[in-house]
Amino acid sequence: MNEFSLIEFIQLVIFFGLLIGLTPVLGNYMSKVFAGNKHFMLPVLGWLEKYTYKLVRINPTEETNWKTYTINLLLFHSAGFTFIFLIQLFQAYLPLNPANLSDVSWHSAFNISVSFITNTNWQDYAGETTLSYLVQMIGLTVQNFVSAATGIAVLMALIRGIFRKTTDRVGNFWIDLTRTTLYVLLPLSILFSIVLVGQGVVQNFKPYEAVQTLQGTQQVIPMGPAASQIAIKQLGTNGGGFFNSNSSHPFENPTPFSNFLEMLAILLIPASLTFTYGKMVGSVRQGWTIFATMLFFLVAGLSISIYAEYSANPIFGHLPLMEGKETRFGITNSVLWSTFTTAASNGSVNAMHDSLSPVTGMIAMINIMLGEVIFGGVGAGLYGMFIFIILTVFIAGLMVGRTPEYLGKKVEAFEVQMAIIAVLAPAFVILIFSAWAAVGNNGLSGINNAGPHGLSEILYAFSSAAGNNGSAFAGLNVNTVFYNITLGIGMLIGRFGVIIPVLAIAGRMAEKKIIPPSSGTFRTDNLLFIGLLIAVILIIGGLTFFPALSLGPVTEHLLLRIGITF
Amino acid sequence: MKTKQHTSLFNQNLIVQAVKYSIIKLNPALLIRNPVIFMVGIGALLTTIIIFYGIYQGSFSSFNLKIAIWLWITVLFSNFSEAIAEGRGKAQANSLKKNRTQIKARKLNGKQEISVYATELKKGDMVICEEGDVIPSDGEVIEGIASVDESAITGESAPVIRENGGDRSAVTGGTKVISDRILIRITTESGNTFIDRMIALVEGAKRQKTPNEIALSILLSGLSIIFLLAVVTLPSFFGYSLKASGLTQSQNLTLPVLIALLVCLIPTTIGGLLSAIGISGMDRLLQRNVIATSGRAIEAAGDVDVLLLDKTGTITLGNRMATDFIPAEDVSVEELADAAQLSSLSDETPEGRSIVVLAKEKFNIRGRDMNSLHATFIPFTAQSRMSGVDIRKDDGKLHQIRKGSSEAIRNFIHNNNGFYPQKIKDTVSAIARQGATPLVVAKDKKVLGLIHLKDIVKGGIKQRFAELRKMGIKTVMITGDNPLTAAAIAAEAGVDDFMAEAKPEDKLRRIREEQINGHLVGMIGDGTNDAPALAQADIGIAMNSGTQAAREAGNMVDLDSNPTKLIEVVEVGKQLLMTRGSLTTFSIANDVAKYFAIIPALALPLYASKDGTGVLSALNIMNLMSPQSAILSAIIFNAIIIILLVPLALKGVRYRPVTANKALTRNLFIFGLGGIIAPFIGIKLIDLLINL
Repeated sequence: MNEFSLIEFIQLVIFFGLLIGLTPVLGNYMSKVFAGNKHFMLPVLGWLEKYTYKLVRINPTEETNWKTYTINLLLFHSAGFTFIFLIQLFQAYLPLNPANLSDVSWHSAFNISVSFITNTNWQDYAGETTLSYLVQMIGLTVQNFVSAATGIAVLMALIRGIFRKTTDRVGNFWIDLTRTTLYVLLPLSILFSIVLVGQGVVQNFKPYEAVQTLQGTQQVIPMGPAASQIAIKQLGTNGGGFFNSNSSHPFENPTPFSNFLEMLAILLIPASLTFTYGKMVGSVRQGWTIFATMLFFLVAGLSISIYAEYSANPIFGHLPLMEGKETRFGITNSVLWSTFTTAASNGSVNAMHDSLSPVTGMIAMINIMLGEVIFGGVGAGLYGMFIFIILTVFIAGLMVGRTPEYLGKKVEAFEVQMAIIAVLAPAFVILIFSAWAAVGNNGLSGINNAGPHGLSEILYAFSSAAGNNGSAFAGLNVNTVFYNITLGIGMLIGRFGVIIPVLAIAGRMAEKKIIPPSSGTFRTDNLLFIGLLIAVILIIGGLTFFPALSLGPVTEHLLLRIGITF
Repeated sequence: MKTKQHTSLFNQNLIVQAVKYSIIKLNPALLIRNPVIFMVGIGALLTTIIIFYGIYQGSFSSFNLKIAIWLWITVLFSNFSEAIAEGRGKAQANSLKKNRTQIKARKLNGKQEISVYATELKKGDMVICEEGDVIPSDGEVIEGIASVDESAITGESAPVIRENGGDRSAVTGGTKVISDRILIRITTESGNTFIDRMIALVEGAKRQKTPNEIALSILLSGLSIIFLLAVVTLPSFFGYSLKASGLTQSQNLTLPVLIALLVCLIPTTIGGLLSAIGISGMDRLLQRNVIATSGRAIEAAGDVDVLLLDKTGTITLGNRMATDFIPAEDVSVEELADAAQLSSLSDETPEGRSIVVLAKEKFNIRGRDMNSLHATFIPFTAQSRMSGVDIRKDDGKLHQIRKGSSEAIRNFIHNNNGFYPQKIKDTVSAIARQGATPLVVAKDKKVLGLIHLKDIVKGGIKQRFAELRKMGIKTVMITGDNPLTAAAIAAEAGVDDFMAEAKPEDKLRRIREEQINGHLVGMIGDGTNDAPALAQADIGIAMNSGTQAAREAGNMVDLDSNPTKLIEVVEVGKQLLMTRGSLTTFSIANDVAKYFAIIPALALPLYASKDGTGVLSALNIMNLMSPQSAILSAIIFNAIIIILLVPLALKGVRYRPVTANKALTRNLFIFGLGGIIAPFIGIKLIDLLINL
């Protein structure tokens, strides 16, 4: 367990092999779903789609411009927010509450509601002691589906904006939402939860069980409909655990096989969407280019993290740090999970990130700070990456002697402006809110650890909120009015501060003509571009946070080397 | 205009002027046009106030003073780069301006002629110009014909003909009538003539930012805001770390240090050079004797991916040339050449002259005196469609020698009861298929043979088109020739496509089609009937010799009236965009090194071990002497890099016609990788120097 073993290496190879193999399969299927073409689920669920449209009175042939699309999206989320907010405030009076949990405090309810509608699933609470089955199921699990579906819907509007020309129509939000939920998320999570139940994940409506332990004390074992929520929390890059300790809880993640599958599920849809993207914009190569860029960051981060975790800890001599790791599955699987969950904006955990070595913790944080573009949240990762593509094309595209263009669409002042807003919004949250927390008593009182580690905790929390990740460094006590409200606002800005500019770009791009490619065109599907994109992400994303990071995890790492911990 | 002596980048006069303007441009109202540099200006001002406040409080920090000085220098260097670019442009424009200030115009008021200043002329006014008069403003000839000396704007000393109607009716203000008398209608308001517009474009104050410049400014401002966030939050994180290291808050970062950090991070290099790059693009166009009516046009030139090129003048030399004599059966080639030469001796057309030249080159047949031969020249007419000579021999017999198109000669032979051989017919169509023109030569009733007249494709044009193809630009040849001829010439010249038997409206249609398919089209034209196409094209270059309508429709005017100019204009556009992109990349790449200089310097006291150095000094990979010299070195580098790059901004990055990928790889290597490495070296050197 103290060394990186061959078995673990083989596991990694199988993992990435599967990911690369499944990407075109699922990606191709999704491209058919969203293009409205025939696919194999249509005979099975097509009737339900039609029925849904009839029920909510949607004309399935009607498309809207980007503004209407955005307004529909915002309306939908406001309604979702209000609903979850209210059922939490009154959960004691509502059914399906066998543990007799009391009403949730207003600020916590605000935070939880925002957290779930923004696909963040930041949890300031312990699920089993705070929320009733009703809230978990019709509140949170529903949002697990639709918040993920929203990410994909936004991406679809963007893709249409890219491949269409001289039109203002970017699609219909309701249709995109329905199709994603019905044909992608629902079948996959049903399939996945059946496998999970087979592995031993609980799925029932029983009240919590009290058992006698070997030591003779009473222990309450929480129960509930976990498997169904876990399936979608992984697939939809939600990450909100049914139980407090998330996927390190044996009822959420019982076996090494379930662990393997749950990790694969984190990256599956975000990775496949790159293929869908390529297919729909007319060049599969473009999709693989983005996939390769994301994979580069993932593998680079993973390698550094594994190296850091296995390096001798100067305090324990030659032993790696084990505290807080998932001891059942070993260090590698703890590191894998921490890398994937932060890269993919998932936020579920199977180890406590607080206990990762400073370097691994920093990689996890950088994964989030770079804008959640390393596969990222479903849909969100790819449209986030698109923002960086726009910036890269704009900065480097001029060097070929033409005004910048991407996939035949000119990148002009409006697109640059929107891209800048999308980059600024999360950066604003992370830096300004963290800075606020680091000076005031409101913020400092929540810190458990001293020194640079405490700063890392604060930075991590706001990064997680702004990146709609939802994982926590866990050392920070965040169930306070200050953190609930600031983190809640942070999540909103981090989500909609990116979605709205992206949709605006989609709308503007749809109106443009497509310039046919030639040898004078700036190529966006080769190694050179991958290198450029990586450089721009690192420079813009990284330099923004370099000063803050150097005072947090970098300092901590350097101190650890001389034997000082916090 | 031909003031090309300032190919040397700087002369003393210009520099003195530029220094003066760098200070004038400190005016906040002017400075705010450049948000990045404006931010530096505010930083400089704040630092200065802090110094004076410190003095007032009884303390003085020489370190702050150094920071303030270098911040001001950064602003001045940026202003200087703009001023010097403007100065160079103005120097060219001024020579034109001088010509026009004191001109008097002879305005027609009804029938009466009154004398007014040129600047008082309005659109629609009628003026008279006679021998020796300077044309007061841009206009159109309504009546008369005159020869005009346009050397003031074109540099070409040979006078040109300007007449009413037709394609040579436009006259430009500042040029001089050297013979005859013309009536001119003024077509441009005073202050809006070509020269006025050109002057405005190089003068900073009136210069509009181009679309790409606006977009780039937004990017640069956005980056500045992001870095501003990183810097304003630093005291909080730093304060936290001070407390954690057991130090007092009083050791927190000072404002001048934060300002220095911010100025190092925001893209000052490209921010400072941006307008200089734009102006010098204009200037480079001007050096090629092309006037753009907007900066936007130059950018569009870089984007153009379809060029419509007129065959004549652009692809081929203006005229067809005789290249071969092909005798009929039982006629010797010398006999044919002799007859052909005789028939062409008095033929002043370029084709005729080329026949005489060929006969001399091939068979050494010299020119003869027409009179001594008793020869009468029969000129070409639209009815006969042939030309030649009638020669009365000493025996009194009249010989008719004719050359002309196959059809015309056949009629001629038939009329003389001669025989037109099949072999000739075959050769005629064979030559036509090659894209050449066959001229048949006959004497009395006998066909002597053929002259092979060929369109001569300009030397090097094929290679030029191949280069354009590499850059992703499609060339389309426009010609009035029949499709057969056009195809052959197109193949020889290596154009991608051609339009045969093209009428002006076909051009317009073709441009629209290309644009619907997403292409940007460039063309060059002169006639009034070219005007719609010039207006429709993304880049329409009007020849100065053309009509006023054409000049108004296009977005550029080529003073040399040289059709190949279109290709050069595209190159200028591409070079401008490349320069802008390369310096942006360089500027952003520079940030990496500056971080490694400043962050460890700031964090020195944090979490310090016994010797007083904090753990973050591990990031001081350049091994800079002290925190203060690290910060100073970074801002000094930041300032002088602007001035070092001014020549590059003015001249443009090296331009080569290669594929986009090659251009990108090259520029990325130099400006991207170079941009990361250069400041590491530069900052280290400055650190060594200031610690000497």
